This record gives sequence, structure tokens and C-alpha cells, in this order.
Amino acid sequence: MSTETGTATGSDTSRIHNIGYRSYDGVRLGRAYARRSLYSQSLRGSFGLGRSAKSKVLPMLLCGVMCMVALILVAVAMATPTLTKLPIKYTDFAIYLQAVIGLFVASQAPQSVSRDLRFKSVPLYFSRPIERIDYVLAKFAAMASALLILTGLPLVILYVGALLAKFDFGDQTKGFGQGMVSVALLSVLFAGLGLVVAALTPRRGFGVAAVIAVLTITYGAVSTVQAIAWETDSAGAITWLGLFSPITLIDGVQTAFLGASSAFPGGEGPGAAAGVAYLIVVLALVAGSYAVLMRRYRRVGL
Amino acid sequence: MYDPTVARLTYRALLGRRRAAILFVLPVLLVAIAVAVRAFAGADDGVASGVLGGFAIATMVPLIGVIAGTGAIGPEIDDGSIVYLLAKPVRRPTIIFTKLIVAVAVTMLFSALPTFVAGLILNGNGGQIAVAYTIAALVASIAYSALFLLLGTVSRHAVVFGLVYALVWEALFGSLVPGARTLSVQQWSLSVAEKVAGEGQVTSDVGLPLATALLIGVTVVATWYAGQKLRALKLAGEE
Repeated sequence: MSTETGTATGSDTSRIHNIGYRSYDGVRLGRAYARRSLYSQSLRGSFGLGRSAKSKVLPMLLCGVMCMVALILVAVAMATPTLTKLPIKYTDFAIYLQAVIGLFVASQAPQSVSRDLRFKSVPLYFSRPIERIDYVLAKFAAMASALLILTGLPLVILYVGALLAKFDFGDQTKGFGQGMVSVALLSVLFAGLGLVVAALTPRRGFGVAAVIAVLTITYGAVSTVQAIAWETDSAGAITWLGLFSPITLIDGVQTAFLGASSAFPGGEGPGAAAGVAYLIVVLALVAGSYAVLMRRYRRVGL
Repeated sequence: MYDPTVARLTYRALLGRRRAAILFVLPVLLVAIAVAVRAFAGADDGVASGVLGGFAIATMVPLIGVIAGTGAIGPEIDDGSIVYLLAKPVRRPTIIFTKLIVAVAVTMLFSALPTFVAGLILNGNGGQIAVAYTIAALVASIAYSALFLLLGTVSRHAVVFGLVYALVWEALFGSLVPGARTLSVQQWSLSVAEKVAGEGQVTSDVGLPLATALLIGVTVVATWYAGQKLRALKLAGEE
């Protein structure tokens, strides 16, 4: 390490010393690696892994509740010798436990994006070789994967339990497949909505309240109006009212295409034609939330 | 016991810009539903009771209570700016009491007023239903605000816990386990409404004397304890 080289021209009092900085000549892992890291960190963060013990409590608790309910259902199925199938359908599971799923999205979507905005760490991400699309895709995919784990794990437990109880293999596999498609759709939809709302509020607390409001209030409003439509014999309206809240959208899609029985009042789920409308709305919402997120991060914190 | 400056700051924190959006959306939605239902089904006491009980009291009031109650103090503790308030020569219980007044006022404004309007739209206050549910919303506003203000001082995850109470405890357990309904602000306020409304329109599982005692008890104890928490507040780092 030489300090006398690189003398600048000029007077004796001003010199530039070469203090031995070297340029990096190792492997550059690049954009794909950065994107994968962001994805895996966000996914781990959704369950509190790699964060403090306190932040593990809620996601693990919610995940535990989901699995516990599945285990209880399996135990009931095994303890009752007369049963030839599970007490509930695979597709019904997420609908029954929507409050738990909603709380998970509400608590984890803001922690995934709001804190980056609030502590102005978004510009630091973009000083790495990732683009806006990588950030949005990684966060979106991580939230959807976390939700898929939360909703898919209990279905796997139910499926394994059903096979151990020697229920009909063909029926169970078909039901399980339908259930997984439905929760995959639910995960992507909820992740999109949750992230959009969370990305608009840098404050975590308000993010949580806003996400839960979007999920619960729309459901409360839709189910109240549906119940009234049912009492006043306008059954046709029930089908179309379901388009206005996330969980009833999923309910409608799986009733139309995935052999589920609807939780709408009177079981009046949409048929195939209305089901297409449901599917289009779901896909439009997912695409829309992706577009909003891309727009949101076009100039943020810069 | 009431400090106008603290009140002004809290009002601005609660009703500032985007934060107020949720507060405005909910009442508008309720009134829109009321208009739609009236157009669909006409004036009917049962339907009106269903909408006000099922949507206004069960969903809207707790949510607004959570937002106003925790929003009155939570963000300040969260970002640490509460120290500037605590450093002023204002008694801590006074701060809590002032914030409670503001939270109650905001919750009442955004929940009881729209409930009354929706009730009038639904059946023109037939059978005293609009008034009964408005009183329930007013009473619930006080208890919810005190409860969630306390949560805001106790935990950094106050919103989540508040929502768990409002959604999981009151809605889910309340409908499955009858005993859980005894410990539910919603049922206490409904029991007050039951007294006002005509026969059989509003039902509650809790008797009026017990409900009143519990409402007052919860409000007073929560406010007192929140003041105590604020006296010995420990400012923690992020997470």
C-alpha cells in the first residue's frame, strides 16, 4: 500500500494520496438475485421470521388458528365412523374463516410496504439494480404466497386427514384441487387489494384499519343488502350484489366453476354466465391493483 | 380537565387529509345502503332494524371507534412526537381526558348522525327505531372510544387488537357463544336501545341495569388506566 504515489500537480501543501481503494471485481449477482432476495425477505417477514419475537406472535397465531380448525375438523371426521367425507367442503373453509384471513392481510400488508415508505427506505431499494416492476412484483408475489401458505396449509391438513381416514381418493383429490385453485385466486386478489390500500398510507395503524375496512365493510354491506333482497323475494339481485365485496366474489367464482355451495342467502350462487362476470371482475381487480401499485411507485420518496 | 390546544391538535390529527377518508366513506355507504334498501323494499320496521343493527351498530360503530380511539393517541406514540406534548406542563390525565372527549365527539359525529339519517330514510322513525339505534350508537361511541384509547396507550398494535375485539370477539364469538355477548359493548348499547324502541324491535341479551353499570364502569376504568399508562409511558424504538 503506497501513500506517496499519485501526487497531484500544484503546490507542496495540496496532495492527493492513494489510500488503496480497490474496485470490486467479484461476481455481480444482478437484478434477478435482488428480486429473489426481496421476495424471500418479504415472504419471511409476513410470518415474522427474521423480525422480533413480538412481531411473530400475530401471524403465527392466525396461522395456528387456521391449522387448528382444520385439525379439529379432521379429528371429528375420524372420530365419527359413519362419515364418508369431511364435515365441510374444501372450498368452504376459506369462506368460513374469512375474518382470520382478513386480519392476516390487514396486519401484514402494511408491515410489508408502509414501513418502507415511512422510513424512506424505498429510494435505497431503487439504488440497487432493481426496477420499479421488480419491487412491485416481488412484494405482490410475496404477499400472495404468504396468503397461499395461510389458506393452503389447512387444506393440505384436511386432505391428508381425509386420505388417512380412507375417504374416497378420487372425490377428495378433486375437491382438494378445486379448493386449492379457489384459495390461490383468493390469495392473489386479497394480496393485491391489501397492498394497494397499504401503499397509499405510510402510517401502519391507518393502513391496518383501511385494509380491514375495505374487506369487512364491503362484506358487511353486501351481506346485509343480500339478506334484505332475500327477504323481499328479489333473488335475482342477490347474484349481482355479490360482485361488490372481495370474499363474495371468490364465493361466486367457486360456486360457478369449482363445485362449491354458495354461502349467499338461500344458496343462490351465480350460474356459469354470471360466473364469467365474477371471474372477469376478479381478474380486473388483480390487474387493477397491479397497475395502481406500479403507478404509486413511479415517483415515491424521490 | 380539558385543554383546548391538545383538543385542537387531536382534531387535526384525526381529520387531517387522507385519514378522514375512511371516516367519511363509512357513513356515506350506510346512507347509500339505506336509500337503496328503501327503494327496494319500501318502509318496513324489520328491515330497518336489520340494516341498522346488522351494519350500523355491528360493523360501522366499532370500526369508527377503532379509528378515532386509537388514532387520537396511537400515531403520536408511534412516531415519538408524544414527548413534545408530555414535556409541556399539562397533567397526563388531562391529556387523556381531552383526547377522549375528541375521540367521542368524532365517533358520535361519524356514527350516530348517519345512523339517525339512515333510520329516517329507512322508515321515517317508525316505532322509534331510528332514535333507539342512534342512542345505541351514542352510548357505544363513548365506551368504544375509551376502550380503544386505552389500547392505544398500552400497545403499538392497538389497531389490530381493537379490530380483533370488534370483529372476532363481538361478531364471531358473540354469534356462537351466548356468554360472550355479556361482555360486548355492542350488546350493552343495544340494551339501552331496547328500552327506547317499541316492543320487540331491538333485542339485547343483557339487562339494562347491568349494561349501564358495565358501560360506565368500562369507560371510567379505561380512562383512568390510560392516564396511569401515560404517566409512566416508556418510549420504545421501532418494533
